[in-house]
Amino acid sequence: MLLDWYYQMVLIRQFEETCYQLYQEKRITGVYLHLYSGQEAVGVGALAALEPRDHVITAYRDHGIALARGVDANTCMAEMMGRKTGTSGGKGGSMHLASREHNFWGGYAIVGGHIPLATGIALSDNYRGEDNVVLCFVGDGATNNGYFHEGVNMAAIWDLPVVFLIESNGYGMGTETHRASGQPELHKRAIAYGIKDGGRIDGQNVIEVHQALTDAVAYARKNGPVLIEAITYRYRGHGVSDRQYNSRLRDELTEWLENKDPIGILERYLTKKYKNIEPELKKLIDQAQRVVAASVEYAESSPVPTYEDLISNVYV
Amino acid sequence: MAQMTLIQAITQAMDEELARDPRVFITGEDVGKRGGVFRATMGLIEKYGPERVVDSPLAELSIVAIGIGAALADLRPICEIQFADFIHPAFNQIANEAARFYYRSNGQWRVPMVIRSPYGGGISGALYHSQSVEAFFAHVPGLKVVIPSTPYDAKGLLKSAVRDPNPVLFFEPKKGYRAIKGDVPEEEYIVPIGPARIAREGEDISVFAYGMMAYYAEIAAEQVAQEGISAEVVDLRTLAPVDRDAIRNSVMKTGKALVVYEDNLTLGYGAEIAAIIADECFEYMDGPVKRLAGPDVPGVPFSHPMQDFFMPNPNKIADAIRDLVAY
Repeated sequence: MLLDWYYQMVLIRQFEETCYQLYQEKRITGVYLHLYSGQEAVGVGALAALEPRDHVITAYRDHGIALARGVDANTCMAEMMGRKTGTSGGKGGSMHLASREHNFWGGYAIVGGHIPLATGIALSDNYRGEDNVVLCFVGDGATNNGYFHEGVNMAAIWDLPVVFLIESNGYGMGTETHRASGQPELHKRAIAYGIKDGGRIDGQNVIEVHQALTDAVAYARKNGPVLIEAITYRYRGHGVSDRQYNSRLRDELTEWLENKDPIGILERYLTKKYKNIEPELKKLIDQAQRVVAASVEYAESSPVPTYEDLISNVYV
Repeated sequence: MAQMTLIQAITQAMDEELARDPRVFITGEDVGKRGGVFRATMGLIEKYGPERVVDSPLAELSIVAIGIGAALADLRPICEIQFADFIHPAFNQIANEAARFYYRSNGQWRVPMVIRSPYGGGISGALYHSQSVEAFFAHVPGLKVVIPSTPYDAKGLLKSAVRDPNPVLFFEPKKGYRAIKGDVPEEEYIVPIGPARIAREGEDISVFAYGMMAYYAEIAAEQVAQEGISAEVVDLRTLAPVDRDAIRNSVMKTGKALVVYEDNLTLGYGAEIAAIIADECFEYMDGPVKRLAGPDVPGVPFSHPMQDFFMPNPNKIADAIRDLVAY
């Protein structure tokens, strides 16, 4: 299990840093590419707490969530490159990965817009008498708009099984959490909605994330919504075109990279606990590199969409 | 005269208006410390302080709504919506509050505010960073809608918008932010809201456009000029209230009209221009009023080929001109 999580985090990191590189080389085009590097433990630990029948929904920083949910790296990369074989046939791109068969309801580019959708998905399961849980990832910045308030409150009054997991990476785009939120300890808002306060957890420690989410999911399945806050950090800017990041935050970044890197934390834990595990870890790193390299090849050899694709799927 | 980009002209307009009127302030996401996602407000917080260049939470509804409140109470807000695609949560505030306040209070209150927002496609922004939303707002009486296509107009119109006693939606073609350059005078000037601009005079056909499409239409007109076609390009600049005289005068001269917009075709802003022409210029027409616009799909997709199929461009405009001239 731990090795699987390790592999998933390494895969995500490899995928994201490859995307960064491809973007520099203009093989991934456009101006929007929001990387998950640094936040891997949140996605991997949280999704490991779910069953396949449960639902996952997130915002635009969605690559890592898709991969952790088991969406094929090939189709993810093909979407990044706008190919016909992508998860959305090239229509969506980086911010709108989605896969129905994985109960992965997608990434959403409108900040907070997906939060009430999560409540609605839970409403459907509840209505049909099923006890599936919806895991809704929420950025810290999204907690300050109306979508959040309305979506969480409605889940609260109807006791719907939603885990609202706030990924607090410190910044809503360039604005620090404390400058955007009257109460920067975001999990405390649970009290105002009368729902379970899942507390604040270390989002860099995949084991802690998994444990906390296992508890939260179990609670939500039986009782109703939970609000939980994972403290994490993104290594790249808000998006890759965010150049101000480097000059402003170099020291902060170094501190996180050296001491709080989610892969590093798990690596240290594993090497301490299991003697001579290094070759095994190395094998997983190699495997992740192979999978990502193959995904690039797959994407680049995939056909591009046509005019027919542009006008398809407008009406059912 | 200084050469500058569209976005530099916009920054300069805000800079000058902040300096001119202490009631003017800016708010929006990352407009302060970061200088805006497109750098439109770069340097303004340093010059005018965080009380006048105010970073807001990610909350479009209230970015607009606090602007309305402040405008009612005599400030002059410039509210930035980071992308026009994000403006929809604020639609209620704009259409139901800002647009109707002066009317419903029988003139007791005004809403002197500007809502600035980048709009339009062509930058692989995908479905939520490429939208054209002008038609929604141009439909609502009480709102003014302005879209510049040159740095000169961007600066002059934005200054007018800040001084206007009404709510003004100021949409900026983001693909042109750095691509479009032009001369801007050193001295103070404004461009009034209302009149269209004859970007290029011609005899054979009138091309009506705004924003990036006006820029493209000029390029297309230059292309077809090599073939002896004389196309007049009318940059509408103000979409509401629209300059009906300019439309009429041009069509009466040329007898043919092509309307270009990058929004979806059906019920896009150009449909109203076509209706005005059909209504007021019928007996002058030598051909049908044609529209060149995006297809009716629910968004501009990410992938390059699909985006290119969607977007009008100089070649497509030139082809449409040729077809209509040959009619």
